[in-house]
Amino acid sequence: MSVISHRYEFVYLFDVINGNPNGDPDAGNLPRLDPETNRGLVTDVALKRKIRNYVALEQEGAPGYAIYMQEKSVLNNQHKLAYEALSITPEAKKLPKEEAKARELTAWMCKNFFDVRAFGAVMTTEVNAGQVRGPVQIAFASSIDPVLPMEISITRMAVTNEKDLEKERTMGRKHILPYGLFRVHGFVSAKLAERTGFSDEDLQLLWRALTNLFEHDRSASRGEMAARKLIVFEHEHPMGNAPAHVLFDMVKVERVDGGAEAPEPGSPARGFADYRVSIDRSSLPAGVTINEMF
Amino acid sequence: MPYGIKLHIWGERALFTRPEMKVERVSYDVITPSAARGIIETIHWKPAIRWVVDSIQVLRPIRFESIRRNEVGSKLSAASVGKAIKAGRTDALVSYVEEDRQQRAATVLRDVGYVISAHFELTSQAGPDDNEGKHLDIFNRRARKGQCFQTPCLGTREFPANFALIENSDSMPTPDPSMAGERDLGWMLHDIDFASGMTSRFFRARMVNGLIEVPPLAADEVHS
Repeated sequence: MSVISHRYEFVYLFDVINGNPNGDPDAGNLPRLDPETNRGLVTDVALKRKIRNYVALEQEGAPGYAIYMQEKSVLNNQHKLAYEALSITPEAKKLPKEEAKARELTAWMCKNFFDVRAFGAVMTTEVNAGQVRGPVQIAFASSIDPVLPMEISITRMAVTNEKDLEKERTMGRKHILPYGLFRVHGFVSAKLAERTGFSDEDLQLLWRALTNLFEHDRSASRGEMAARKLIVFEHEHPMGNAPAHVLFDMVKVERVDGGAEAPEPGSPARGFADYRVSIDRSSLPAGVTINEMF
Repeated sequence: MPYGIKLHIWGERALFTRPEMKVERVSYDVITPSAARGIIETIHWKPAIRWVVDSIQVLRPIRFESIRRNEVGSKLSAASVGKAIKAGRTDALVSYVEEDRQQRAATVLRDVGYVISAHFELTSQAGPDDNEGKHLDIFNRRARKGQCFQTPCLGTREFPANFALIENSDSMPTPDPSMAGERDLGWMLHDIDFASGMTSRFFRARMVNGLIEVPPLAADEVHS
């Protein structure tokens, strides 16, 4: 497991059909909206949650791939595998200085937990070394075009309480976006990876997680979500060869009029075929390679 | 300022949390000197140098937006990690988000742009081959190429910052016309004094035509 030696940036596109990609607790679970532009939003933490869940599913608690921040619905499979005996280094008797101790604790956490290694974690101690900054940083995802959430009333042919028995049924609400294509930017720092031991294998796992992010996250509220595109910029130099925003500007996502599901120009997008993704390779800075993962 | 630099930074959102409102986070109106220093340090920093922010030019109108997210309430305790190391297994060491969930709102800034003017000083850890020219060159070279140690952020890591070096020959970006006039931003965090027990130091931020002059951390008008 060698630590990654390049800086990366990525543009990730995913879409939703008739679902709620990320509910807003402030707005009664309506899909999140940017109030100024009416574009849909998906928070960074929502995506990180899904990455954690994918890694937990794929790795099933393999040594080194435990997930610290767990959802209870993800079954704890860790007992399946005997723990890697080599990693046990009980040096408690020595009792080094506080700072060294904290470093030892964080190193152990990084070694064993994928999410600590990738995203970092805050471990409370009196010394600052108990804080891990992870190399992987994800920004908010926002939809390409403004979206219009729909509220759908549904009925349930049962009631919860006995005293409501005569009502026979209850009404509920679902909020959906008919369609939304979301774009998110992410960053992987080689220098922070050195500190947490985020390896090339971990990076491949991150790409796999993004590729299959929604395949194992089906639920009644999400509708049909799918990863559509992952464009990775790899810098030759660990510190990077070009500003991130220059690279992001190279990727354009545009509406095509008269796409598969929008016969009339100007009609709302209802499918990925209504968009065209293009990369302006002519302005690619030296030392950066583009990798279209899918 | 012989060894000064100017860095243009901008981004879609920013959160410079006010320390008095950090549970349901509310941002300051503008970037704090400590956040500006942090951004510069993601591009180049060595223990031999210390960055000092001289002024902050605010380029865009100050606007807010509220975002509520599910967060966890507690930090990982060092003792439980120690226990897990001894036991040699990770299965007991988890945090179930369902049991520890908090919903917190954050009032964040929208569509920000700043020009940070800063210089650096050599610290007592500077060796014989540390000189101003060398570090200034490294910083300028990196900033010009967009290189950084990690992606700089506008307060918190979910809000990445774009940056571009303003060279001596470049013209400054023009601030939005709404920045004209004088505004008192009240008491604002200057920086945390790590040398004396991590005490927070505050200063009275005044913005004149969008420009905030930042006093030195040790100045009389900066209070703990």
